[in-house]
Amino acid sequence: MAEKKRLNNLTFLEKMYIPEIVKGLALTLRQMFSPSVTMQYPEVKFEPPASYRGRPVLVQESTGTERCVACGLCSRVCPALAIEVQAAETELEKERFPQKFEINMLRCIFCGFCEEVCPEEAIVMSKDYELVFQNRESAIFGKDKLLVPVDELKDRIEFLRKFKK
Amino acid sequence: MPTITIDGKQIEFKQGQTVIEVAREAGVEIPHFCYHPKLSVSGNCRVCLVEIEKMPKLAISCATLAGDGMVVHTNSTKTLEARNAVMEFILINHPLDCPICDEAGECKLQDYAYAHSRGESRFEEIKNRKEKRVQLGPRIKFDGDRCISCSRCIRFSDEIAKSNQLTFVNRGDKVTISTFPGESFDNPYSMNTVDICPVGALTNNDFRFKSRVWEMSFTNSICVGCARGCNTEIGVRNNEILRLTPRQNEEVNSFWMCDNGRLSTFKNVNADDRIDGTFVRKEGQLQKVSWDEALEVAAKSLKEYKSNEIAFVGSAFATCEDNFVLLKLAKQLNVTSVDFARHSVADDQDDILIREDKTPNTTGAELVIAKSNGAKLEGIYRLIKEGKVKTLFVMEDDLGALSEEWEQALGMLDLLIVTATNSSKTTALADIVFPAASYAEKHGTFVNFQGRVQRIRPAVSLDEMDRALDGMNMSRWDKFGTKFDKWNQGRKHDAKPSWKILAQLSSHLGGKIKYEMAEEVFDEISNSVDAFKGLDYDMIGELGVQLKILNSESRLATTKSL
Repeated sequence: MAEKKRLNNLTFLEKMYIPEIVKGLALTLRQMFSPSVTMQYPEVKFEPPASYRGRPVLVQESTGTERCVACGLCSRVCPALAIEVQAAETELEKERFPQKFEINMLRCIFCGFCEEVCPEEAIVMSKDYELVFQNRESAIFGKDKLLVPVDELKDRIEFLRKFKK
Repeated sequence: MPTITIDGKQIEFKQGQTVIEVAREAGVEIPHFCYHPKLSVSGNCRVCLVEIEKMPKLAISCATLAGDGMVVHTNSTKTLEARNAVMEFILINHPLDCPICDEAGECKLQDYAYAHSRGESRFEEIKNRKEKRVQLGPRIKFDGDRCISCSRCIRFSDEIAKSNQLTFVNRGDKVTISTFPGESFDNPYSMNTVDICPVGALTNNDFRFKSRVWEMSFTNSICVGCARGCNTEIGVRNNEILRLTPRQNEEVNSFWMCDNGRLSTFKNVNADDRIDGTFVRKEGQLQKVSWDEALEVAAKSLKEYKSNEIAFVGSAFATCEDNFVLLKLAKQLNVTSVDFARHSVADDQDDILIREDKTPNTTGAELVIAKSNGAKLEGIYRLIKEGKVKTLFVMEDDLGALSEEWEQALGMLDLLIVTATNSSKTTALADIVFPAASYAEKHGTFVNFQGRVQRIRPAVSLDEMDRALDGMNMSRWDKFGTKFDKWNQGRKHDAKPSWKILAQLSSHLGGKIKYEMAEEVFDEISNSVDAFKGLDYDMIGELGVQLKILNSESRLATTKSL
């Protein structure tokens, strides 16, 4: 290892170090009186912007049904194979609906491909980033956990309409 | 021979062939919807337009006879422009509902829209609406919106199924397909129209919305519904059979199969009454035991009987391999009473595909068992009734369901050992039950009524198998699934192919029958049974091989069922 050579051409003041110390203390003092940016999580929650990719959720129409038609494209495009869809027939005009829609949150990598490929704007990335599970089973989110009323997803849907081609 | 030039390629053809046929044979794909090699030419989709030199306008290649010296361009600017225009026309009223359409993934309109259209619609008006979800027949749903009026289904019902049940109604953009008033599209071949429909207008009621096609694995197999042995493809997802589709084999079934074969021959593989594990009767009840225990009990009980007190019954539902090993075990025990049951339904036969003989392998079982053995099933029945035969080994057949007499006879036996796929009257009477692999879970060969030997392959995995290690076809899900993924936890049954069970039983009896693979059994068959001489699995391949047995048809006619 090459030994670092000490500078030997320092002036007298520089050799005293005092001005540098004062400079450092002044910076600390200034920061003490500037406004704090630390967020007191979890007492204070972070509200992400619309572009944030939290956990994927299914859009629930105001009628209570899901928008999803169980086409399976999200499941096909998912690089982590996190999504499983089972379609079935419904009397509604959309003809088919997801009898089962499960996202394995241990597999999900939050890439947002499912949202991008969805032809119905039925699966979107939410702002939900708080995901905790104790075992593998509880990490598999079914329709009960995935369905979110459309009103709560307005931000994201507007964002998508603006930027998704 | 006359020659035609297609895209610069000189191709020889037979007089009377159309341009599209010649191109097809030469490997030049001309897009088409209404043209089908087995149906008459209707020429109404107009997608197969090609430029032919010295002709004033483009011509549809499906209805233009190839002529000597003709020069055809299938990729010229003029052709491409016309093709784009036709595609645009067809797409005008076609709904953009691929996400809910079962055909998506195997749809010709979808494929061509990617390959040959402008990619964007200029149509700003409102699309035409027609009737949706029309129940055309008991097994088929029709979506009028999606129909592109190619008339393939109409021509199929007229020309192949000969039922004349479908027709166009109305005119212009209101044209749609309907059955004649009061009729239902219910002929026994109706579901082939689902296969030949180039779009998703006709859908299979049974398979509807069950799975996307890209989620399944497909394995070439043979239908076990009758002695025709139609070539099929098994669609499997999560270790469950979801659909059967016919596979082209000009020697056997062309492009078709019957609805009964398509719908009823795979349900038992997924059924709840599958025999799962080995069972031995203890204190009057069949109880699940380990394989070793069951084999030990079976061997021990068989040893208690003299060879003339034992009879073996093979099966026309089982493969040649299974029957061959059964016969070998019988020989090991010096048993001479070996035969199998025939299952014919008189008059349930037509000139298209369906055969009276409702088993896939009567010919094979005859070649393997009956030819080298004189015993007859009637004889075995008599010996049981007389009390001379006290022990019966039944392989993959429900003798108890043959007749009430047989059920009684089975009840008289001291020992009944059965290999079976599903619970039946016979397994209910059995003392020892071994779970047999179904036709979709094993390798093997069937010989159809023509004497054509064809292969089956495992599409569904058993407990003892591994999709990757056993070289089975895998879907994307199968490839990347772990045991923690729900979509990889489909039910696997604890069963073995009958030949394997028999070989293991043989070694418990001190015999030397030992095989690792079905292929080894077949190699031995080809060495010892004349009809199979010189054959192996590779030679049989995907389409089968015609055995050189004479008059198989007439010989079968003389060996009707009991």
